This record gives sequence, structure tokens and C-alpha cells, in this order.
Amino acid sequence: MSISRRGLMAATAAAAGMGPTLMRVEDALAQGIQPRRGGTLTTILQPEPPVLQIGVNNQGPTLIAAGKIFQGLVKFSPTLEPLPELAESWTISPDALTYTFKLRNNVKFHDGTPMTADDVIFSIMKFHMEVAPRARAIFQRIDKAEAPDPHTVVLTLKAPFEPFLLMFDVTACAIVPKHLFDGQDYRTAPAVQRPIGTGPFRFAEWQRGNFIRLERFADYWKPGQPYLDAIIYRIVPDSQSRRLALETGQVLMTAAGDIEPFDTPALRARPNLEVLTTGWEYFSPLSWIETNHRVAPLGDVRVRQAISRAIDRNFIAQRLWFNIGKPATNPVASTTKFHDPSARIAGFDPRAAMQLLDAAGLRPNAQGVRATIKHLVLPYGEVWTRLAEYLRQSLRQVGIQLELESTDAGSWARRIGAWEYETSINFVYQFGDPTLGVERTYVSSNIQRVTFTNTGGYSNPRVDQLFAAARDGQTAEQRRVAFSEVQKILVEEVPQIWLMEMAFPTIHDKRVQNAVRLGTGVHASYDDVFLTA
Amino acid sequence: MDPAKLPGFLAQRLVKAAIVVLAIVVCNFFLIHAAPGDPASVIAGQSGAADERFLQQLRTQFGLDQPLHVQLWIYVKGVLTLDLGFSHRQQMPVSTLIMDRLPATLLLTGAAFAFAITLGITLGTLAARRVGTWADSVITVLALTFYATPLFWVGLMLVLFFSVWLEWLPSFGMMSVGANLAGLALVLDVAKHLLLPALTLGLFYMAVYARLTRATMLEVADQDFVKTARAKGVPEGQVVRRHVLRNALLPVITFAGIQAGQLIGGSILVETVFAWPGIGRLAFEALLARDYPVLMGVFFATSVMVVLFNLLTDLLYAVVDPRVEVA
Repeated sequence: MSISRRGLMAATAAAAGMGPTLMRVEDALAQGIQPRRGGTLTTILQPEPPVLQIGVNNQGPTLIAAGKIFQGLVKFSPTLEPLPELAESWTISPDALTYTFKLRNNVKFHDGTPMTADDVIFSIMKFHMEVAPRARAIFQRIDKAEAPDPHTVVLTLKAPFEPFLLMFDVTACAIVPKHLFDGQDYRTAPAVQRPIGTGPFRFAEWQRGNFIRLERFADYWKPGQPYLDAIIYRIVPDSQSRRLALETGQVLMTAAGDIEPFDTPALRARPNLEVLTTGWEYFSPLSWIETNHRVAPLGDVRVRQAISRAIDRNFIAQRLWFNIGKPATNPVASTTKFHDPSARIAGFDPRAAMQLLDAAGLRPNAQGVRATIKHLVLPYGEVWTRLAEYLRQSLRQVGIQLELESTDAGSWARRIGAWEYETSINFVYQFGDPTLGVERTYVSSNIQRVTFTNTGGYSNPRVDQLFAAARDGQTAEQRRVAFSEVQKILVEEVPQIWLMEMAFPTIHDKRVQNAVRLGTGVHASYDDVFLTA
Repeated sequence: MDPAKLPGFLAQRLVKAAIVVLAIVVCNFFLIHAAPGDPASVIAGQSGAADERFLQQLRTQFGLDQPLHVQLWIYVKGVLTLDLGFSHRQQMPVSTLIMDRLPATLLLTGAAFAFAITLGITLGTLAARRVGTWADSVITVLALTFYATPLFWVGLMLVLFFSVWLEWLPSFGMMSVGANLAGLALVLDVAKHLLLPALTLGLFYMAVYARLTRATMLEVADQDFVKTARAKGVPEGQVVRRHVLRNALLPVITFAGIQAGQLIGGSILVETVFAWPGIGRLAFEALLARDYPVLMGVFFATSVMVVLFNLLTDLLYAVVDPRVEVA
């Protein structure tokens, strides 16, 4: 990134302090809709989160609900441009080492205490550093964190780190009140039970197994906002009951994995409902067949290529996911930065798959079976079971017998983490940048007995080198070169067999406005969401 | 029953019960820890990112870094002082979590129980008295249908009919959230939400009681003392109530005792389908999350219930049939 461009970015960021809000109201007015104060948004949260303190718990449902209570310094557009949130502007020094955030000066926590640079520095350097593994890995690169005045935070990095800003979304680094955590065990402090943030909604009530209620925060820093009086998250464990709740109007919105993909066509057909699949660009989950390279014959690149060519990703996207998400083309999702469209995995071709298996020395026996491989079914709902059945069928076509094993979420996580599997399905968030969300699956330094590391055990020194170069690259252009080369190597070696760039349907009653505006979708603060009469 | 024997009987049974419950606690402990995975790996799996230090921190916080026998000793010591432990996952004492969810479950299962017993015995009696007529056939067919139909299907059909088509009743939840109801309005609101799940849960047991009552009443009605009662001119209503039904009730009580023991744990499916915030779901979710203290706490509460209702059933036998002695 050139200096002038960086300066420009800072300037536009400052201007954008008003920009997005104005644009939104204009959009609404263009459609003849005036934001309306009042009303309660009833929606669903599933599974029920254990606590609502971001950092202490970072599960999807926690981030969705607590994203209304807490805020980050910045937020991200669908194209992953940073937009001001608690920081009204920021500048990056020419050597890319110093980040200066100018904080808004009228921000209050829900207990009435003003938010200052102290809280921000505490959140970054102490709180998330201690409790959140993902933040810890990145924030260790910070050399100094200083507050020259109560509304300015200056972070100095040990070395340039281009994707740094992506770590300041609320889902990665929520700003927490220092005075409620400092000096205590952050995981057991009373504030974990009654979360206090700066967001447009404050925590009001939680009847476990029943509902969570968030109330409008009257002292919110945007005058006149939020528009809603309250947001109620109902806990509904059965997917068919969730669909019914939406159909009968008992809830106005569902999100994430609430509705099974195969239920969406019927809901699309209902005139009062809107089905959106946007709002996952920041996360861009990518799914793949997780292969354990230590188990023969999966260590053989030809066998992985064969499996990859034996599956029809279009079928999976159209018939199993009903076009929610799209076929993966390489390890970096097309909505993640530095995706190289020219690096593509070889297409569906069972004949080629069989030739590859022949070449690998796997000949069919009398029953036509070349190899028997175990497959741990991902226990996250009906659609994953259907996927496993489809895989079994299509692999059988080329002579690979897939033996399905069922399990529950606890056993799945442990067995993947302990490398006790042959194949399974896995999907991980990419967090906008391959350094943040892709690298971890392929570099040999991250081969760990922990879920969501390089559990497959793939190792290629050139790939390690390229990911390191991309990580430390000072400019976006340097990084792009390294990422392009690594994508070209990975599509040849298929260390994991990518399936889908996933998305999740946000389905809402047409009275709900602005449900998805950002690259983080339903995780956004919802200060601009309103209900038309 | 000899009232003088009662205190001794009770004391003896309670001591036995305590030993049984303690044995169950120890068995549960080992069973639960035998399941693969632990709370730390579950949380790591759900968070989408983890490192060794994170797992280690969680295991230390949850006390999982201690040897198993030490963990067992800590737990048993706690249970003996009625301290069910702390859910580190949810940052709450287990007893609070259970007490929060217990009323919802007791309301649901209690309503289902009352419905099943009353309607079951009434229908069974009616069928037995009109044996061979169309009324008997209708009741028998109904009872057989509900006996053979899976719970979740009944639930789904009830929801389709009453919530989706007729739009009379809500399809899930325990009350209208955010409506700020109080007094009679609140009671009515909860009753509306309660109707479908209680019906779903109760229909199976209703069928069981109806079939059981009908069968035993027909058996008793043929016995000599009933003929004698009729011969000496006791009015028919009294014969049915005092002589037939009372003697026919023993197997029903046995079965009711078993059902009552399941009042806490027996409604996971219905609680899930109807999003009822009860204890069955608490246990199920604790199992999936490997939240050991919560799961053991629910098991403990359930086993205490079973033991208590067994004791109550034995006492009831003696009340209904004086020939049965407590011993």
C-alpha cells in the first residue's frame, strides 16, 4: 500500500463518520420508508450461548447477541472496507507501524461511565490478550499501546502487519469496561453474567432455555438511535419449530443456522418474507472434506485429487444447500481478500478420478472397491448428514468406500483435535484475510493437537515460506503475489478437499428494515434497524 | 396398615434410599467421564479458534486437570452437603440452574400426569362398564392409537392443526415474552402455551392408564366378591367404585409410580419440540456440551425423585389395599 493511498484511506474514514449513516437514511427515504422509532424485534438464537461476554465466549450465537451490547473500534462493509464505529477516524503511519485511533468523545457504557482510551487499551492489551486465543495471536505483535489523551489510542507494532485493522471488529475485539474487570479473573468477574458494553442495546433479562431480552440504551452515542425498543432472542432448539415460528409470525427473523437449507425454498415462496444470503463476507466460512494425511492412502496427493474430482460441487450447492453459498474454487473464499480467481481446483470428472486412483496403485477388488475410508459425520444438523450420504454415494462411483461414523459435537471436536479420524467435514471462518483465517490450516508450524489448527498434518516448506512472506509483507501488493502463488500450489496439492463457500440465510419479515448492511450481517449493532408499521 | 410400624419403615427405607442415590451418583460420575471429549474441547470446537494455552486455561478453571479420583471425591463431598457444584461453562451454581428450570418441567409433567391419570382411569372405567359396545370400541381404538404413535409425531400434528391451521394456540415457548402480563392474564397465557405440550406428553400415558384400567377392571369384575356384592343388593355405582375400581387400581398405581419418577427427566423430546424451558433440555444440552456438573446435578435430582416416588407408591398400596402391609 502506498503512502498516499494510506493517507487517503484515513481521510475517507474520517469523512465516512457521517457517510454510512446518511446513506442509509437516504436509501430508506428513496424507498419511501422513514425510520420509525419503537417496536420489538423478536428473533431466534440457537444454540443458546453459555454467557454473553465476547472474549470469554466466542461462539457464533454469543457474537450475534452480544454484538448488540458491545462495539468494536471499527466495523466492516460487505467489501471489507473499515468503517468508523467507536473510533471516529484513524491514521496509519507511513512505515505501517503506528496506528492512531481517534475515539468518539460521547460514548458511555451502559452503567453510565464514559468510555475512554483506558478502556480501549485495557480491552486490547489485557482482556482479549488473556481470554481470546485468536486475539492473543495477533495482539502479541503490538509493541506499545499508549493514550496521549483520553480520546486517542496509539498502537505501535513490532513489525508491519497489513490485516491489523480487521482485528478491531466487535466480533474480534469488543471494547469492555476496564473498571468492571481490572484486577479480577476476567472469566469469573460478575460483569460476565451482566455484560456492560457501549452498544445500542443493553442486557435486560435472560431466562435460560427460554429467551434473552435486550433493551434500548437511552444514552447511546448516536442521537435518536437505536430505533427499536427491544430485541428478544427466543431459544428454540428444534429446527422445524423454528421454521414454524417464522411462518406463523411468532418471530420476525431467523439467522445463521436457524433454518435448514432445505427449508429455505418454501420460505422464499412466502410473500411476507425476505431471504438474504449476504452478510457473511467478513467471516466467509469455507467448508471442506477434512483429510488426515497420516492415514494411508490420504497422504498421497493423487488420492486427494481423485476424491476432489469425484464430487460434483454444483450438485452440493444446488441440491443440498439450495444455492445458499456457492461451490469453492480454491482455499481462499472469493469474498475474502487476496482470493485469486485464476487458481482453480480441477473440475468434476469421475473418469479422471479413477485414472488418478489407478496411478496411485489403488486397484479395484472383486466388489469394485479400491479403498475403504472412514468418515466422521459432522454433527451440526440434518444437512451435514445428507452431505455425508452424498459423498458416500459419489465416492463409491470411483471405487472408494466411505464408512460413515456418527458422533456428537463434543466427540467430534475432541477427535479432530486429537487427530483420531480419517476424513470428516470441517469449516472455518476466514476473517477477511488469508493470514487471519486460511494460513492456520496449511502451515506446518500450526500442526497441533487442537481443533481448527493444521489437524490434517499437511506440510510443504514452500507453502510455509509463502504464508510467512504474505503475513509479513508490508504492502498489499507484496502480499498478493505470495498469496497467489500459495493458492496455485494448494489447488494442485489439495491438502483439504474444499467444497463450498458457505453462507447462511437471514430470513426476515419484510417489515424489518436494514437487517443486513455490513460484512458481518446479523452480528452488527442494529442501531439502524427499524420496523415499518 | 399398622400406624405404629410406619416410622421404623420410613427410617429403614430412607437409609436404603440414601445408599442407592449415592451409588447412582458414583456410577453417573464414571459414566459421564467415560464419554469422549471434555468441556474444554467442546468450547474450543464451538469458538472456531483455540490454542494449547486456551485449552489448558479452561481445564484448570473447570478442575479437569486434577486426577479423576480427586474430582470424584470433591463431587461426592459436595453432594453430601447438598452442594451440587458450579457450572464453569455457564458461570452459575448448578443448583440455581436446576431450580430455574425445575418449575417449568414440573408444570408441564404435572399437567400431563394429572391429565393422563384422570382421563385414562375415566375412559378405562367407561370402557370396562360398556364392554363390547361402540363406546368401548372407540375408547380401545383411541387408546391403542396413542399408545402406538411416536410422541414427536403427535406433537407435530397438534402444532400443525392448532397453531398453523386454526391459529388458536402458540407453537412454542412457555409465555408471551415482553407482553408484561400479570395475574389472571399471565395464567391464561401460560395455560395456552401449556396445552399442546402437556397433551402431547400426556396422551401416551393416558392410553396406558385407559388400557390398564379396562383390563384389570374386567378381570376383577368376574371375581366372587363382586358377585356377592351385587347379590346382596349393593347399588351398581357403589360396586364399581368401592369393589371393582379400588381393587383394579393397584397396577395403575404401580405404573403411575414409574411415570411420576420420570416427571423430571422424561420430557426431553417434548421440551425440545415445543421449546419449553425445562430441565430435560438442560440435561440434554449439558450432555452435548460435556457440562459435567450440570448433567450430574440433573441425574442426582432425577434419581432422588425416582426413589421418593417408589417409596410413595409403596405407601399408597397400603392405603388403597389394606391387605398390603408396609415392611
